[in-house]
Parts: sequence; structure tokens; C-alpha cells
Amino acid sequence: MTKISKIIKSFFLSEIAKGMALTFKYMFKKKVTINYPYEKGPLSPRFRGEHALRRYANGEERCIACKLCEAICPAQAIVIEAEEREDGSRRTTRYDIDMTKCIYCGFCQEACPVDAIVEGPNQEFATETHEELLYNKEKLLANGDRWEHELAANIKADAEYR
Amino acid sequence: MQDLLNFIEPYMPLIMIVFYIILIVAPLMVLVAYLTYAERKVIAAMQRRKGPNIVGPFGLLQPFADGVKLMLKEVIIPKNANSLLFIFAPMLTFILALIGWAVIPFGEGMVLADINVGVLYLFAISSLGVYGVIISGWASNSRYAFLGAIRSAAQMVSYEVSIGFVVITVLLVVGSLNLTEIVVAQKDGWFVFSGLFPMFILFFISTLAETNRHPFDLPESEAELVAGFNVEYSSMTFALFFLGEYANMILMCGMTTILFLGGWLPPFDIAPFNMVPGIIWFALKIFALLFVFLWVRAALPRYRYDQLMRLGWKVFLPLSLLWVVLTAGYMVYFDKLV
Repeated sequence: MTKISKIIKSFFLSEIAKGMALTFKYMFKKKVTINYPYEKGPLSPRFRGEHALRRYANGEERCIACKLCEAICPAQAIVIEAEEREDGSRRTTRYDIDMTKCIYCGFCQEACPVDAIVEGPNQEFATETHEELLYNKEKLLANGDRWEHELAANIKADAEYR
Repeated sequence: MQDLLNFIEPYMPLIMIVFYIILIVAPLMVLVAYLTYAERKVIAAMQRRKGPNIVGPFGLLQPFADGVKLMLKEVIIPKNANSLLFIFAPMLTFILALIGWAVIPFGEGMVLADINVGVLYLFAISSLGVYGVIISGWASNSRYAFLGAIRSAAQMVSYEVSIGFVVITVLLVVGSLNLTEIVVAQKDGWFVFSGLFPMFILFFISTLAETNRHPFDLPESEAELVAGFNVEYSSMTFALFFLGEYANMILMCGMTTILFLGGWLPPFDIAPFNMVPGIIWFALKIFALLFVFLWVRAALPRYRYDQLMRLGWKVFLPLSLLWVVLTAGYMVYFDKLV
């Protein structure tokens, strides 16, 4: 009996009609598209985007050239050279990140004892050439200055889970 | 001035025909362009997306952007391809999709060639469409293209048989092969709302298969054959296939409209309806059918090849044959033959 009713059902295309009714209903539902360049979805405070080197409020750079980030970097994307500065403090003379090697794992950020190197919320830093993605110290510090507000807010929001 | 008139006088019919052809082809090309836009918009809406909305207001200029993009690309002819046939195949597809329109009546008396074998002509043109596909598949000298072409040929030939029988049932009722007369015969009621309703469904599904549309788009099943028979094509050669395919869709919808939906006739022959010009009704019916083409694409998954063949040969063929016998019996028994 079920076999016969099955044949009759498929003969009258009842399941196809049902499916098509469903798609038709969906046509009038609210759209879920986010108009990307104009609208953006929410990002977690933990989002690991473009790197930045932060400064203290007085303008002194945080990085003390301990090279923990260079050591932990699984992609070996970070190169650091350090020297003693005139006032006797230890600072970097070179801090390069090859953004095309970086796998955005966030280990550098985890390793940093002074919250100097961080991965910020910026993900829109595509370039036309490879060279532009070889970041040096100036570029990273500039990023830090540019994103400091968001970076500080994100670190604060995530602090209690660390 | 008089000399000039005397000179062009013998060519006047020719000039008029070229004018009519342009009058048919130009709107058709615009319609094809906007059909691609409508397809993207409708499917997007059914998947709760927005579809193209950047180029122009509501993305209305998107088809032209796509067209310009295709034209600016390079025509690549593969080294091992038969270049003459390779170029010829898309042209053939495109031409065949256009010449079918010669016999379509857009309104009362609005037809380029009012021939008495209009249905046969249309049937022949749509059957020839398979040559464009199979020539392109063979001339490309590529396995994917060849497999796509073989599939397409088998599919189109299979479904043409049942399309033929469906057309015969209509012809039995009308008693004429002239498309205008077929429309006029539906003055007292369209054939969809008569005993021919199952044939309408059958014909519509067969046209889906005939134009290689979802859910029967096996010739270009992206996942298995990359793009099927047109995988080696680029630029304008590809665009011609694309235009041809969509023009064919519109042509098949026009054919369905004429055979079953009463062509240019209004749904009710009373005041507000019969004041609208016939060509508007004709266009509206075609648009409704095209919408179902797109709707089906959004709703249904692709058939497997053996399912497709089973449906064509073991379901549609016996069913349409049965209906031919039933219709003929009815016509003879009730003495309704024209």
C-alpha cells in the first residue's frame, strides 16, 4: 500500500511542489547579507589581525627586545636585532615581520611580557605587491599609534580570561 | 530624390524584413541580458542573499558590465582544437537560438513569417541546437568538453521524443501546424485548463531538459565536468554560447506560451483585460514561465544521469504516448476533429 501511495505521490510531483513552495516562501524573508565594505560583522576582542607595536602613554616604546616572540614564532616570520640605547635601556634596532610568512597564530602576542607586540582588529591590509607586506619597525609602531584605542580596549576586555 | 526612391524600391521588402528582424532581435538581446540579472536576483532572494547591487541602481547595469568584461577578454583557441569548427559552434548555437523567433506570433498578425508549418519549424530548430553543443565538444579536443557534449546530445535527443508527442496532442486538438491558428484555437479556454494539463507539465519539464537547465544541467555539471562542453571557450565565443542558451530558454518559454497558455490572448475576454495589447500578455506569460525556470534552479538538486534517462524514456515517453492515444480517441469518439 505504501508503495502505491509512494508512486502516486511521485507521479503528482508532491514533494517537488512542497520544496518549491518552501523556496518561494524564503524569497520574501529578510535578507541576511551584510553589505561588506559598507557594513561589517562583529569582531571578537581576541581577533588576530594585523600586527602592531604598542607604546606607553608617555610615548616610550614598550618592546624591550627580549626576542621571546622571535623564538616562539612557528613560521619564523619575526626578525629582531637589539642594541643598548644611549640611556642604557635595551631596545630593538630592527623589528621585521614578514606578513606573508605569518600564520596569525597569536603566539607572539601570548609570549610578549610587556604587551608590546599585539595582533589588532585590522584585517583589511591587502596590498598589490609582496614587498609592501614585509613590515619593519616603523610600520609596526605606526600601526600601534593608529590602532592604540582599539588595541587597549581589546586587551582590557579580554584581560580577565588570560 | 526620385532616382533614389526608384533605386531602393525593389529592395523595399528586404529592408522591411531586416527592420523587423532588428525589431525582434534587439529587445531579445536586452531580455537575455536582464534574464541573467533576474536569475542572479531571484536565486539570491531565495537563498536570502541580495544578489548584484553595486553596478548602477539595484545593480541594474550588471549585465552590461559582464558583457563588456567578456568582450575585453582574449579569445583563446586551444592548440589541438579544430579552429574552424571551434569558432563555428558558438555561432551556430547563437544563430539557431535567434532564427526560431521568426515564426513566433507576438500578437495578432505580429509575426515575421506566418508559415503553415510553424510548429515543425520550431521543433526542427530546437533539435538542431544539439549540433552547436556536439560540434563544440568535438572541436575543443578536450575530454571534459567531449563528455559534456555527449551527455548533452543524449539528453536533448531523449527529451525531444516526448516533446514531439506533446506537440502532437496539441496539434490533434487544433488541427493546424500554424502557430497563429494554435493561439486562436485557445480563444475559448487555454489548453492548460483543459485535458491537456498533464501535457503542459510534461512539456515544461522537457523544455528544462532540452535547454540544459537545472535540474537537468548535466552537460555543464560544474562539479564533475568543470563546465561541460564550453570549458575551452573564452571571451565572445563563450558569450555567444551563453546568449544562445538564454535566448533558447526564452524561445522555449514562448513555445510553451503559444501551445498551452494562449499566446497573446488575455486571461479573460472582458473589459480591463482585453484592453491591454496582446504583446504585453505574451511577454507577461513568458516572464512567468522564465521565473519558474529560475525558481526550479533554486529549489531542486541536479538529477543523476541514469535518473534523467529513466525519467525521459520510462516515464515521459509512455505518458505522452498514452495521452496522444487518449486525445485522439476523444477527438474521434466525440467527433471533434477539425
